[in-house]
Amino acid sequence: MTSSQEPIWIVRDYLRCSGCRKCEIACSLFHEKRIWPEASRIRVFMLVPGAEFPHFCTQCDDYPCVKSCPVDALSVSKETGAVLVDKEKCTACGLCIDACPGRIPHMHPTEKYAVICDFCGGEPQCVKVCQEGGWDAIRVVTKAGEKMMGRDRAYKLYARKPEEVTRDLVASLYEEAGEERV
Amino acid sequence: MRGYAGKFLEVDLSTEKIKDLTFDENILRQYIGGRGLATKILWDRLGDRWETIDPLGPENILLVLTGPLTGFFPGGRICVSGKSPQSNGVVGSTVAGEFPVELKCAGYDGLIITGVAAKPSYIFITDSQAEIRDASHIWGKNGKQTLTMLTREGREELRKRFPLYGEWKEPAVLYIGPAGENKVRIAAVMAKWTHAAGYGGYGAVMGSKNLKALVAKGTGPLPEVEDIEKVKALIDEVSQGCYSSDALRRWGTGAAGYEVGAVTSSEPIRNWQEEWHDQKSFGVDKFEERVWIKRYWGDFGCPTTCLKVAMVKSGPFKGAVGDNPDYELQAYVGTNLGIFTPEENVYLASLIDDLGLCGIQGGNALGFAGELYQRGILTKKDLDGIELKWGDAEAFAALAKKVAMRKGIGDVLAEGSYRAALKIKEMKKKDVMRYVVHEKGMAIGAHGVRSGKDYTTDISYACSVQAGDHTSTAYLPIYHSNSELAIILHDSGVYCWFNTFNLSRGLKWEFFKAVTGWEIGPEKWYGTMARRILHIQRALLLLGGPDLKWNPKIHDDNPPRFYEPLPSGPYAGKKVDRAKFEDSKKEYYKEIGWDENGIPKSEVLKELGLEEVDKVLEEKVR
Repeated sequence: MTSSQEPIWIVRDYLRCSGCRKCEIACSLFHEKRIWPEASRIRVFMLVPGAEFPHFCTQCDDYPCVKSCPVDALSVSKETGAVLVDKEKCTACGLCIDACPGRIPHMHPTEKYAVICDFCGGEPQCVKVCQEGGWDAIRVVTKAGEKMMGRDRAYKLYARKPEEVTRDLVASLYEEAGEERV
Repeated sequence: MRGYAGKFLEVDLSTEKIKDLTFDENILRQYIGGRGLATKILWDRLGDRWETIDPLGPENILLVLTGPLTGFFPGGRICVSGKSPQSNGVVGSTVAGEFPVELKCAGYDGLIITGVAAKPSYIFITDSQAEIRDASHIWGKNGKQTLTMLTREGREELRKRFPLYGEWKEPAVLYIGPAGENKVRIAAVMAKWTHAAGYGGYGAVMGSKNLKALVAKGTGPLPEVEDIEKVKALIDEVSQGCYSSDALRRWGTGAAGYEVGAVTSSEPIRNWQEEWHDQKSFGVDKFEERVWIKRYWGDFGCPTTCLKVAMVKSGPFKGAVGDNPDYELQAYVGTNLGIFTPEENVYLASLIDDLGLCGIQGGNALGFAGELYQRGILTKKDLDGIELKWGDAEAFAALAKKVAMRKGIGDVLAEGSYRAALKIKEMKKKDVMRYVVHEKGMAIGAHGVRSGKDYTTDISYACSVQAGDHTSTAYLPIYHSNSELAIILHDSGVYCWFNTFNLSRGLKWEFFKAVTGWEIGPEKWYGTMARRILHIQRALLLLGGPDLKWNPKIHDDNPPRFYEPLPSGPYAGKKVDRAKFEDSKKEYYKEIGWDENGIPKSEVLKELGLEEVDKVLEEKVR
């Protein structure tokens, strides 16, 4: 696992997602000490069967969610680059959801704050289970490890809405047969 | 209580009354959940008049039950039950998917559904509440359309109710296709595109209640457990066991479409006329290379992800999508119809799923019709112009549609092969009963017993309380992990049997303890708990009715075909030896606690505290 000293990123290969949702189990066990899919910071959407994918924070370069917060409840971790939610300050207003190009944050089901992936402090549990099971749909990478010709390699994907990701996956998997299913 | 959400939802579709229901801890300790609890509920509510209850009438009860391990033990399932329109007994029919987890997260362990809705309806379940909604616009839609519409509608409704929540994941859905709506006795309760609770015919029961679907979205956690750290460690242990099974992970059960034919010689071919083939065109590598579009596909918490997504890429069936047919469907809508190519098999499996037919029961009925056509008993005219030649996927597809819509001869076959055979025998005045491969009104699973090389034996189906169900077979010794007594635990837990293959036998007891805090253990389970459930299921199976009743002396038997010698392959000439079968049957009866007529013994029932069952059997069966 990566050292927590440098910013990391979780690279994703949605087409390899089996839909097993072990990431949701691992995430909620870590953060909530319960199996709690809706409180998981990573959520697997299945708007079309077969086109499952994990939906979770991509740590945009410009962090629009952080900028949108009217009460400064969101900040960026210096160690990992993850967005951190201050549960005490957050008012559950939902502006960060609207600011996110992928509408990725969502409300904690029972508490009054938004939940966003925090890399489990540097060792993402979702990645651990996905790797253990050999699905390899998500992996941790570091910026330093992805340098190319002396510059940062543009390896990050951007936050996208569930419908958009689904449409793309379905086009790849089911070609013409898929469009009507979305 | 640990592991349980703590309440059940009872929905009366006739009066539109919905209420929460709880069970005494003592009942749950004895009957656990899923199949065990279903058996208990059905006995308590309908046992005194079981033989009069029409499975497709308003009095039948549809049960959809999780168990305490559901969601915790990797590979959760849910058990669908009620009085079966196939066996007239109780079948615990389990299906995977996210519905069981959504239901528990919504605060419910299960649903008890009674009555008949005035118009097509579905039940929408959210956190600790439920409502009956109109399904008129979805009635008549096939599986994929149904799921698309309910996914969209469910998310819109959730968005409307909770606009600030963020993006809503899809709710989980159990539904029926056109076959269920038309009360086809071989209709399944479906999940996703391809998952089915097939055995038992509960799709027809849903249809008889005007119930198109159950839709659930829960936002709560899974229930509190006794020891979450231990549960976590056990999940890891089960997962490691599953990861070590490369063949099941890579190929699922679908490697068997070739192997069970070529190696063990126990695969149904052309309505079981043969059980051996060596068609390399049906090898799992052919499926992998030609039709797979996703290598690992699974449901909530499953480490194995034995499913694969498949699509036909070229030819006349281009665009047919589904999972890669599992072994049962490779056999029943493949070899059993004389079909030996992945493309035709995927096409037929996809169609069967979309129609909401059970692949096993449906494929068995289609194969039965195929043999009658081969023998000139059913003609092209009888089949409304279909030339039902072995290997003709389009012909079998056309017939499958007729079955689902109950059109023409399809209306007869919609009763399932056994009841269809009884009708065709009358229609044609010909002995067609020798061609129907069933057990007590249910088609048997695709594992023949003649070669003696598969896991099934001559008593597997004949003595099972779930009749033709290949996942719940009678087995000697009765403590074996293949035995029905062992399977009842998984079906009541409710979780996937296949994820226990590489585990030490003690692990499941540890798992039950870590979740519920209850010590079960083999002695209590095999000695008392499983037996209670098994004997009640047996009693209800023997009470049967109203259209058919089973007499163990006649009906605890193999299908006639299994007494014919295998005509081909390395085990040619092998068949069930009647004398040997009678011996094993006698031994099984003795071991399990049934008398020489196959009826649970009075003293056995009394010892287990089942005096009422004994009384009813004494009055009506012995």
